[in-house]
Amino acid sequence: MESLNVRKKTLWRQLLTLLLCVLALLFLAPIAMILINSFKGSVFITVDPFSLPTGEMFTGMGNYVSGVEKINFWHAFGWSLFITVCSVAVIVLFSAMTGWYITRVKRVFTKVIYYAMVFSMVVPFQMVMFTMSKFANVLHLDNPYGIILIYLGFGSGLSTFMFSGFVKAIPIDIEEAAMIDGCGPIRTFFAIVFPVLRPTAITVAILNTMWIWNDYLLPTLLLDSRHRTIPIAVQYLKGGYGSIDMGAMMAVLIMAIIPIVVFYLSCQKHIIKGVVAGAVKG
Amino acid sequence: MEKALAKYFPVFVLPTLAAFALAFVIPFLMGIYLSFTEFTTVTNAKWVGIANYVRAFTANKEFVNALWFTVRFAVVSIITVNVLSFALAMLLTQGLKGTNVFRTVFFMPNLIGGIVLGYIWQIILNGILYYFDVTLAFDPSYGFWGLIILMNWQLIGYMMIIYIAGIQNIPGELTEAARVDGANRRQMLTNVTIPMVMPAITICTFLTMTNSFKIFDQNLVLTAGAPSKKTAMLALDIYNTFYVRTGFEGVGQAKAVIFFILVAGISFIQLYLTRSREVEQ
Repeated sequence: MESLNVRKKTLWRQLLTLLLCVLALLFLAPIAMILINSFKGSVFITVDPFSLPTGEMFTGMGNYVSGVEKINFWHAFGWSLFITVCSVAVIVLFSAMTGWYITRVKRVFTKVIYYAMVFSMVVPFQMVMFTMSKFANVLHLDNPYGIILIYLGFGSGLSTFMFSGFVKAIPIDIEEAAMIDGCGPIRTFFAIVFPVLRPTAITVAILNTMWIWNDYLLPTLLLDSRHRTIPIAVQYLKGGYGSIDMGAMMAVLIMAIIPIVVFYLSCQKHIIKGVVAGAVKG
Repeated sequence: MEKALAKYFPVFVLPTLAAFALAFVIPFLMGIYLSFTEFTTVTNAKWVGIANYVRAFTANKEFVNALWFTVRFAVVSIITVNVLSFALAMLLTQGLKGTNVFRTVFFMPNLIGGIVLGYIWQIILNGILYYFDVTLAFDPSYGFWGLIILMNWQLIGYMMIIYIAGIQNIPGELTEAARVDGANRRQMLTNVTIPMVMPAITICTFLTMTNSFKIFDQNLVLTAGAPSKKTAMLALDIYNTFYVRTGFEGVGQAKAVIFFILVAGISFIQLYLTRSREVEQ
């Protein structure tokens, strides 16, 4: 009786694992399909998207070569990387400083800043899209360097909020001791506070990396055709005339996904934790 | 310490504050003002009262249509995403082999950007529809369900992680006590698991709702509103009003304000509902 129950339970668990395997394959299928088609000639992608690239359909790396060339992929990759890395570094540093300051200095104006930043988190981008981009044009911030400042402005709301929340939870004693021993605020921040903020800094960095790397609308509004990021380059490939090189498109999509997958697999734990912590953004 | 630190305002706060004012505060206030004016560039605004708000609804059916489409989309997404991600979370908390690998796989689509996601699904769905001699642009309901599938693929893994955390937080004694009392699987689910993960359900419901309302990239790529703007959602409709035709900038801004009030309203209700239950991050 007992052993029958155990056996039934094992069978049930094996069935569940099998179900999960099927679901996982289903989840990966879209990417697998793009990958398979990226080795096919353009004509065959439209008429026969679900077969393997065999015989005359197979084009080797041809799609990748033409995709890279058509959208100047490495150029776009470079700008995406530059904008993302610089913006994230700037956001982490300045938001941490601001988060510490407005939590430790309890005045009316720091409260006002705090609530303004919390408020900014619930405002959709479309609300400020038009006025902000006009404003950025006037101030000549419509280039890959100016956009970093704009990203700091948009990213600082959530990031400062998260740093501030963490600062509230750490004791003030060590900072005070350091200051009494003659350590200035700047040295106190970099030597004592910032190292303690590390877990939040990682979360903030990941959240902003995912946002800025994938962002399409803001760079489209601010950057010209010499400074395309990857999402803009992908959209550009489609062109305005409806005719689209499907083969090159498949290759470009795969190349756009690879950096994300590499980043994800290399620091998966932090990413899942970080992205979900951003759930507070709502 | 507070006094010594207070003097360092220009170092610690000013850079962030300047960028924040530039990118958000000033454009936001200007946006509200401009929604009551007629303008083509920001400097030639002429006060027109609430005319833009009226025109947003009456000039054509596009905004009302987008609003209705978005609401229907949000309702269907909330149900499908939450049911499926909760089911997955239940499966992944049974201590089965390979749980971590499955978690990794299900979460991954969440990290892919909207533009790339949109193209992946456009190619696949059009590939399937090709056998029926139609495309996604054939009927608004194709675009609708296409967006629903895309949204589920993107969000299920994310919500699943939140549900897994909720399920793992249920005290062991509670499930043990229920089991000793002879509760069966269904009773365990409805009387123990679901009530205990209620906070996670609230969070996931609102997250799906705000995500559904704000969706833009995926909408732009998958259907771009086709056929004849019937599948354009709020964010895309606002974008089109601003940039596709001239003379409607004021109307676009008025639509943006309405959009902001809707999204902010949802967020505040969420904040109110979760504040008592959630521990501050």
